[in-house]
Amino acid sequence: MRLDFFVSQYNYWVVIFLMMVGFYILISRGNLIKKIVGLNVFQTAVFMLYISMGKITGGTPPILVDGGHGGGEAAEQVMYSNPLPHVLILTAIVVGIATTSVGLALAVRIKEAYGTIEEDEINRIEAETEAGE
Amino acid sequence: MLWLSLAVPVVGAAAIVLLRQSPNAREAASLVTAGALFTIVLQVYAAVSEGGRPSVVLAEPIPGIPLALEAEPLGVLFALVASFLWIVTTMYSIGYMRGHHEKNQTRFYLFFAFAIASVMGVAFAGNLFTLFVFYELLSLTTFPLVTHAGTDKAKRAGRVYLGILFGTSIAFQLLAIVWTYAITGTLDFQDGGILNGRAAGAVVPVLLGLYVFGIGKAAVMPFHRWLPAAMVAPTPVSALLHAVAVVKAGVFAVLKVAVYVFGIDFLGASGASVWLMWVAAATIILGSLVAFTKDNLKARLAYSTVSQLSYVVLGAMLANSWGVIGSGMHIAMHAFGKITLFFCAGAIMVAAHKSEVSQLGGLGRKMPVTFAAFFIGTLSIVGLPPTGGSWSKWFLGLGSLEAGQVGLVAVLMVSSLLSLAYLMEIPLKGFFGKAEAEVGGHEGHMHQPGGHDDDGDHGRHGEDSHDAHGHYHRAPAWSLVAIVTTAAACLALFLYPEPFYRLMSMVAGP
Amino acid sequence: MSVHLPVLQVVVPLLAAPLCAFLRNARAAAIVAVLASWTALAIALSLLGDVMSAGVISYAIGDWAPPIGIEYRVDIVNAWVLVIVATIASAVAPYMITSVEDEVERRRIPLFYAAYLLCLCGLLGIAITGDVFNVFVFLEISSLSAYALIAMGTRRRALTAAFRYLIMGSVGATFIVIGIGLLYVMTGSLNMADLAVLLPEVWDSRTVKVAYGFLGVGFCLKLALFPLHLWLPNAYAFAPSSVTAFMASTATKVAVYMLLRFFLTIFGAPFSFGVMALDRVLLPLALVAIVSMSLVAIFQVDVKRLLAYSSVAQIGYMILGLSFASVTGLTATLLHLFNHALMKGALFMALGCVVYRIGSVHIDAMAGLGRRMPFTMAAFVVGGLSLVGVPLTVGFVSKWFLILGALERGWWPVAVIVLLTSVLALVYVWRVVEAAYFRPYEGDEGDEGAGEAPWSLLAPTWVLVGANLYFGMNAVRTAQVAERAAEVLMTGVGP
Repeated sequence: MRLDFFVSQYNYWVVIFLMMVGFYILISRGNLIKKIVGLNVFQTAVFMLYISMGKITGGTPPILVDGGHGGGEAAEQVMYSNPLPHVLILTAIVVGIATTSVGLALAVRIKEAYGTIEEDEINRIEAETEAGE
Repeated sequence: MLWLSLAVPVVGAAAIVLLRQSPNAREAASLVTAGALFTIVLQVYAAVSEGGRPSVVLAEPIPGIPLALEAEPLGVLFALVASFLWIVTTMYSIGYMRGHHEKNQTRFYLFFAFAIASVMGVAFAGNLFTLFVFYELLSLTTFPLVTHAGTDKAKRAGRVYLGILFGTSIAFQLLAIVWTYAITGTLDFQDGGILNGRAAGAVVPVLLGLYVFGIGKAAVMPFHRWLPAAMVAPTPVSALLHAVAVVKAGVFAVLKVAVYVFGIDFLGASGASVWLMWVAAATIILGSLVAFTKDNLKARLAYSTVSQLSYVVLGAMLANSWGVIGSGMHIAMHAFGKITLFFCAGAIMVAAHKSEVSQLGGLGRKMPVTFAAFFIGTLSIVGLPPTGGSWSKWFLGLGSLEAGQVGLVAVLMVSSLLSLAYLMEIPLKGFFGKAEAEVGGHEGHMHQPGGHDDDGDHGRHGEDSHDAHGHYHRAPAWSLVAIVTTAAACLALFLYPEPFYRLMSMVAGP
Repeated sequence: MSVHLPVLQVVVPLLAAPLCAFLRNARAAAIVAVLASWTALAIALSLLGDVMSAGVISYAIGDWAPPIGIEYRVDIVNAWVLVIVATIASAVAPYMITSVEDEVERRRIPLFYAAYLLCLCGLLGIAITGDVFNVFVFLEISSLSAYALIAMGTRRRALTAAFRYLIMGSVGATFIVIGIGLLYVMTGSLNMADLAVLLPEVWDSRTVKVAYGFLGVGFCLKLALFPLHLWLPNAYAFAPSSVTAFMASTATKVAVYMLLRFFLTIFGAPFSFGVMALDRVLLPLALVAIVSMSLVAIFQVDVKRLLAYSSVAQIGYMILGLSFASVTGLTATLLHLFNHALMKGALFMALGCVVYRIGSVHIDAMAGLGRRMPFTMAAFVVGGLSLVGVPLTVGFVSKWFLILGALERGWWPVAVIVLLTSVLALVYVWRVVEAAYFRPYEGDEGDEGAGEAPWSLLAPTWVLVGANLYFGMNAVRTAQVAERAAEVLMTGVGP
């Protein structure tokens, strides 16, 4: 694999790295808050993927240059970044925030109910209550 | 007209529930329903014997596969037998259930009516799907009857009953049905068979095997265990359902599949049924041998039924006209014979609280009518004149010869001798045996009131005065009427097998 | 008005949700929820009617013409799914009124209904939209509200169950976003119909295959295909009864729909079955799911969890139908979507009645209930028979087509497995029946709360039970719709 291939695709490598980091935290950590952090990193990696693929080298922001009349040859010749992925990710970020807040709210409730947010301790308590039933 | 055969028992069931406060009205409703049903079946018989094929479509669950009824001669024969014997059994039940102080009698009559409705559905099923539906319904509706006693033993038996019947029908029968549909694109019963010319090679014997074993109610070994288990039920249930309706629904289905799905010509030509002939023959012999070892009267009768059912399967597997005629007639003849035997067993249980063969010594002198009827029933099962049973054995023998299976004729002979031995022991003991000491009579007293013993069937006499002293009590009059009727029918069928023979020759074709 | 039906399908519950939250009155919120659900059903049925007679309906949101704008595209497949979701919602919503008052804190009830309506909106949205990113948005709307709904269960384990579902569900959704992003990279389009046209040109690309993989894993997480089902049993077992009834009958079904829509309509049957060998991947997974989960279900003592494992097994049947890669197999899948929704809805609602009276669905607690709650347990028995696949219930119809599909492919061992696992289903249904009918009542002598459930719970339950029987006896209509939908899926985008 040539170095410039590696370098030219660097955005993907960053994305993959972040994704793996997030996924690892998600799986390996027992602390519920850390799991949520991991989930966040994981999701952020995907946001990066979307945003970076909308970017074109040398492209301008997707803003009309001729005073808002639209169309015309001038507009066609301007190379601009694709705005759609950014818009999509705006939505996805909102969704991510919602997920995080629901997750944190659940963590708070779990803390109230169990007195801990460590997964292994919760499992132990659940196993005990089940045996007691 | 056909749908009435389903509707009448269901309406009757509703009446039974509505009249549950008054046992007399409830049982009158049962009797009236049974009578009405028999009248309807007679009408159908009249139509079919003139060559008609009345039919009706009830619903269409899957496109192209309706839930449909169609009366054809074989089904009419089965329906005639079942509906007539329902009248008799209802009379018998009235005596038995009261004499025995059974609980939950309304539930008993209710599910009995449902079971009969299912039997009518099986008898008049217009296609394999309908047959399957009512076959399963029959398992479901008889389940509460089998577990009627509500004891642990009854529940265990119920589990075996439902487990085997559902298990085989879902795993084998349904597979065979879908397979048939995949091959032929239809499930309708047609003269000459729907598989004829559409299937060939190894598929045919495999498919036939799936049907024969999948129809667990035919009790072909090794799927016969449910039948002895079902004997925990009250005796009228054992009599009508586990000597007539349920088990005959099984062998009837086998016969119907052989005739209308495979076609006897096709079966005979392909040789697909030869291996199953021998399975049936083995069941005949093994069933008889096991019956020998059973001291419990109902268990002995149950294994005798296992053995006799395979006669019908055997007749179907012979795949020639004589075999089919013998097979169909055996459905009827065995029904009358075996129901008589069960009625007698029940009467003995109610009157003398005896359930083991070894306890019956001398009882025949106290209950002459019952034991005489038992004697006649035995003759019919064994196949001796002057009883109807001799005809079916005759035709089955003819069929075996025509199929070139001399070995099977030997099987028939041996099993007849075996059944003669294990059944004749009972009337002989009753009439000529030595009356037992009080040991047998006291057996019942060891049980708690309302509790049940091994047979699940003759507890609950603690509350009755006759138990305090003697152990003999008259058989209920209603039951005696039923016993005499069926025993007389066994004799009459020797002289007039004509209607059944005519129907069967319509099936077997020229 | 009728032109706007596709968007109203989503907008009605979406607007009803905040209304519920603002009302702050349990009864008023309940009425809003019921009315919104019924309206959704009316719209769904009329859409199905239109599609059956007039073909595909395309609706451009805000008049932005597709493929640039978001398109709502209703064909026979998603009209069918809309009807399934709306039917269950219409039956469960009235059931909630009584059930929720019993199980959820009073001040939270309006919010509960808001969450329920959002969940309904999300599920309907997934089904109706013709835009892949829109699918993701609706997926998250439905999932987030589902996490909240599950967490409202009475026992504290509901919280951990919801949390685990949140983690696994979010991972699944994120996988789906990745897949969608990669598709966009390759085609520059997010419109389903447009994608279906553009994708065949880039079939060979590794990116498309990677996208396929990400999407597949994401969907399988969402639809709880073995071995990605781990979130499901606890989530169903500890959620409030009405939520379980609703989710079990709709959420996984919609996930199956997503899978079918993406893999068959967008990628196309030739790509899925020809290039990606989807059938060969799914077949073993489905079989393992059916057999292992049926076995696990047999050993459960919590009946709700028993049914949850049974759900995982039943999802296996749906995937099995897909793996036959034939119209018959897909017909079975689509029929089972509907049929399983009916039976599991009825079963979980019957269990909700038991919870209402007994407060537990432990199998020992249900002893002797057959006499005390005859209508509830009768409903359970009919639902159970349907689950087993006894004729004249809907379960039989699905099994029929499934076995027919297997035999059509010549895979008779598969047919045998399907039949044998029906026997397993019989065993686990039977355990409950035996407890209810053949064991004596073991509750307090005080007799408190051991009577029949109120009619406000029974009536909706029996509506579904009746549907189980009706569509079991007359499956001509449903089979017709499912068959046509299966043809649409197999042949790709219609005109």
